[in-house]
Amino acid sequence: MTWSQETLSRAEEILGRYPERRSAVMPLLYLAMREEGGLTLDGMRQVAEHTGLTPVQVESVASFYTMYKDAGVGKYVVSVCTSISCHLLGGDDVLAAIADEADLAPGEIDGDGVLFVEKAECIGACGGAPAVQVNYELVEGVEPDAGRRLCRWLIDDQPSVVGSDAMQAKFGGQRSFEWGPGESEGAAGPVPAFGPYGTAESVS
Amino acid sequence: MTDRILTTRMEAHPEDSNTIERFEATEGYGTLRKALSEMTPDQILEEVKAANLRGRGGAGFPAGVKWGFLAPVAPRYLVINGDESEPGTFKDRQLLERDPHQLIEGIILSSFALGVNQAFIYIRGEYARPARRVQHAVDEAYAAGYLGDDILGSGFSLDITVHLGGGAYICGEETALLNSLEGRRGEPRLKPPFPAVEGLYAKPTIVNNVETISNIPWIVANGGAAYDAIGPEGSRGTRLFSLSGHVERPGNYEVVMGMSWRDMIYDIGGGIRDGKDLKCWIPGGASAPWFLPEVLDEPVTLDDTGRLGSMLGSGAVIVMDETTNVVAAALSVVRFFSHESCGQCTPCREGTMWLQRILERIVSGNGRPADLDLLLDICDNISPGLRWPPAQTTICPLGPSAVSPITSIMTHFRPEVEAMIRQGAPAGV
Repeated sequence: MTWSQETLSRAEEILGRYPERRSAVMPLLYLAMREEGGLTLDGMRQVAEHTGLTPVQVESVASFYTMYKDAGVGKYVVSVCTSISCHLLGGDDVLAAIADEADLAPGEIDGDGVLFVEKAECIGACGGAPAVQVNYELVEGVEPDAGRRLCRWLIDDQPSVVGSDAMQAKFGGQRSFEWGPGESEGAAGPVPAFGPYGTAESVS
Repeated sequence: MTDRILTTRMEAHPEDSNTIERFEATEGYGTLRKALSEMTPDQILEEVKAANLRGRGGAGFPAGVKWGFLAPVAPRYLVINGDESEPGTFKDRQLLERDPHQLIEGIILSSFALGVNQAFIYIRGEYARPARRVQHAVDEAYAAGYLGDDILGSGFSLDITVHLGGGAYICGEETALLNSLEGRRGEPRLKPPFPAVEGLYAKPTIVNNVETISNIPWIVANGGAAYDAIGPEGSRGTRLFSLSGHVERPGNYEVVMGMSWRDMIYDIGGGIRDGKDLKCWIPGGASAPWFLPEVLDEPVTLDDTGRLGSMLGSGAVIVMDETTNVVAAALSVVRFFSHESCGQCTPCREGTMWLQRILERIVSGNGRPADLDLLLDICDNISPGLRWPPAQTTICPLGPSAVSPITSIMTHFRPEVEAMIRQGAPAGV
């Protein structure tokens, strides 16, 4: 499968941002994930072609990092932080509540391909512990009950784009700091929402 | 005396401190205009050296000295380390989200001083929102002529590329970050050569933390001597501390160093939640050895914290109250390092895994009496002598970081660990 014209032109634009093509591997892996809803062997081959690496070199890079997830990871990656500050304030209970509500063990995906729940290491929201991310959009101060509601909302409503502000208002509590002005963009898949990678979309 | 440098704008203008309009309306880019027309690169370098600004990423190395090592070869690169991942740390996230132009002005001034025409901002992949804010600010800066070719008619040119990581703590180590930015696995490199000599693409490269570079506009505007007049010797300037755990008021606080830990935890942090007592705290991120209440009246400085056998590290203060199960807390920290070990060095890869397994069995009520010595023996293989600052048998300090929580609970709470092994796990764990 070849990439869409839009993805190809994004890839060219990204390659132009680096002195050496190889540096574009990580951004292009995100592009490949966006194209297919996750990383595939074919996606890695495309990245290899664009960067001048071998497919094995690209796979070696992709496998080092936790955010390059296989296709089939589902619509929503729910990352529950249990590192020290979140651990102290009940992050493990939040993880247990979310896993229970979704009827999944951490690291599992549900049968409908909607939800993937993971035990995450520190996501930099320690002042707003316990913290959760959905497709890398942050919600701080999540209590176990709110975690359950968040989980139900994802399964029942299946929002096409998730954004931090809306989720924080619905399910969040204590924040690490004042967030400042609201945002209109969010994530449309299990990839960080970032304009240059074409992965940010308007929250409807 | 100045007590705020980094957070003035975001506190005064919470609604739009991230925009170029607000930045320009509050003296932003004024320093850049002045510097590009009136100062030489060497003059800026001298101001930064005179400021005695120590790096805010964790190691506390003097920024001006680091800059002085940059080899006189072209091209050279400046890389901003925004891979903030040390458990307990969330200060760079606030600087990236709330005042990205302050960082960008710092990058332009630093690049001018260092003879750099291409800079990178490496932001951890999980920081999607901060990355969007920074990219938006970079786009605004290009449109306004602060980035690109011939900036403000000075003849100086600079491009900035924002790069997202892929979820790996180790990429906060500067040589691992450079490998990652080159499109490789984020495995640390042996030093020497240091990045200032052979860094990105084997070219001279300076890697500085987000907070470090966010201080540069103030230093250039007010002079290095003015910065050097703030705070105690060896810990000059203000610093953004991340307070978390069992404190009443968690958050980021910009303070002049030199206050006591008591002031930090009880005045700034509002004390311990629910009227509980303090059990211990981690003074500088998950890698740092833990402190007991007996040092509450010691000053919060880099050197004093080092003298007491720990470090200020990334400025993350993690507070634990009297109800904390310290073995479970140590397990959380060790599991982090085990998960984040890159796997290159055997003592770290195997050692952190075994530390985690042994702690897991103790916490689950299946500990063995021999586990105490076994834990310390494994730690000794990762960091011989278990001394501070730690010796290491590994390429980077990640392995020794996993030793800190173990030696902390063994030194301060050994009877608790022993009781846990004797009695099995307490109820509710």
